Amino acid sequence: MSSTEPKARKSSLWADSWKQLRKNRAAIAGLVILIILIAASAAAPLLTPYSYEEQNLALGPVRPSLDHWLGTDTLGRDLFTRLLYGGRTSFLVGICATVVSLLIGVPYGAISGYIGGRVDSVMMRIVDILYTMPFTILVIILMVVFGRNILLLFGAIGAIQWLVMARIIRGQVLALRQQAFVESAIAIGASRRRIIFTHIIPNVMGIIIVYTTLTIPHVMLMETFLSFLGLGIQPPMSSWGLLIKDGASVMESYPWLLISPALVFSLTLFSMNFLGDGLRDALDPRFSKGRS
Amino acid sequence: MIKFILKRLLELIPVLLISITIVFFMIRLAPGGPFTEEKSFSAEAIARLNEHYGLDKPILVQYGTYLGNLLKGDLGPSFQYPSRSVNEIIAETFPVSLELGALAMLFALIVGLLAGIVASLRPNTVQDHLPMGIAMTGICMPSFVLGPILILIFGLWFRWLNASGWETASDRILPVITLGSAYAAYISRLTRGSMLEVLPADYIRTARAKGLSEGKVIFKHALKNALLPVVSFLGPATAGIITGSFVVETIFNIPGMGRMFVLGAFNRDYTLILGLVVFFALLVVLFNALVDILLGLLNPKLRMDA
Repeated sequence: MSSTEPKARKSSLWADSWKQLRKNRAAIAGLVILIILIAASAAAPLLTPYSYEEQNLALGPVRPSLDHWLGTDTLGRDLFTRLLYGGRTSFLVGICATVVSLLIGVPYGAISGYIGGRVDSVMMRIVDILYTMPFTILVIILMVVFGRNILLLFGAIGAIQWLVMARIIRGQVLALRQQAFVESAIAIGASRRRIIFTHIIPNVMGIIIVYTTLTIPHVMLMETFLSFLGLGIQPPMSSWGLLIKDGASVMESYPWLLISPALVFSLTLFSMNFLGDGLRDALDPRFSKGRS
Repeated sequence: MIKFILKRLLELIPVLLISITIVFFMIRLAPGGPFTEEKSFSAEAIARLNEHYGLDKPILVQYGTYLGNLLKGDLGPSFQYPSRSVNEIIAETFPVSLELGALAMLFALIVGLLAGIVASLRPNTVQDHLPMGIAMTGICMPSFVLGPILILIFGLWFRWLNASGWETASDRILPVITLGSAYAAYISRLTRGSMLEVLPADYIRTARAKGLSEGKVIFKHALKNALLPVVSFLGPATAGIITGSFVVETIFNIPGMGRMFVLGAFNRDYTLILGLVVFFALLVVLFNALVDILLGLLNPKLRMDA
């Protein structure tokens, strides 16, 4: 994608990017793995005959077998089932919190960059100050004080992640503001609101997509981190952080309870990071071909 | 330069004040006091305890008292451990966490810089792909995955190292790797990226043309300029090492501040959490300012912008 080339056809930018992304084997592998994992989590009730919360204390922990593909945990629950349902929670938190961060960060950054001047410097100063605050610690306190509420978790994590998004969007908008199509829009008397939301934001869509794919793993990491400490998702709900925590506590006797959740979670992060890197190479004009 | 440093230090005050205020009110306005879960206490006893800790006064008065004590460096008593003050608990646990954090940071810097330099010298060869592949693995293996797996392999299967504890020197190995590896990975990627930008520059060619040894060219000329992004990463890295220590100290049963914070969170020991947060916030904010000042020293352009 070269910026000097005039964009003759409307779809050429997206088509070019897709062509470039397709050449990146790691990114495509990541995409395929993610689609499989998300589809499997979404279809969890169809893929497994077991319930994620029903205990079978008589059975107890058994090794992986044909009946229980990944074995069962200390309460006799099927690990494969818990893993699928855990994926639901983790992906849901990842996506919802990222949407929250987009809803705050994109308009904030766009307005700050477009209006510029004093408004911009005040708005960015606020972001700078918030950025230096120890937010992970604040989220932990929030979870302790107000109970371990999953909706609160979305909101709190999203409220941290928007800062990065706002900064990136602002930088892009600052550059776009000088371009001819924005000046034309001003000349024909379009309102500020219209210019920001219908002219500028569609043009930063590529960057938004890139940083969304990079934000989701961050958020999932945070959810897993909190659940691992026992401050996130609560049993009998399932989450990958909880499964890793439970697995780690009994790993001496039942190592399979640790290994498969740890592998699945790492694989997810791997796929998302490779896909994010690939998308960045393909869509972000600041990262030209061949550099990563 | 002195003006720049003073300005950065002055900016710390509002950030700290905002953090402390948010946490203070969040904790005090929460449903349920610290003693409501003690079923064995009579209403009378709870009232007396509340009076003793000043919890019966209006919240703004409590806030004022807390800030006043804070200025004197007094973080108050702990609810859970009545005989000890939060200051004592911090004094006892901070050295442990400091040692763990500093070792992890040192590990991250040494491994990360070396791997990044090695990779940048022959881009897109095995020498590049191998360390960068390992770095990607490091980023995708968060401490709570890596830690238990390391314990499983080296502590339980091979029995080379203790699975937990903080007594002998060899007890340091696994926690430090667990805490530091993600940062080593980030640093190696940053180093590689900025080295690739610096290496084709004219002054590097000049240095080579002068007949300097390759080692001198890389470490004295290229690395010095390639270090900027690594230095600016040290601010967020410190914050990350502090939060990472919650997990690592819990996994390895290390008697540091991180584990204390997690225990305090479970016991709803509000004064202890509040005190630790104030201390953590101070550390993070101070380190961010130090990094800014260091960047200003390394790159005069940044001083002008500020």
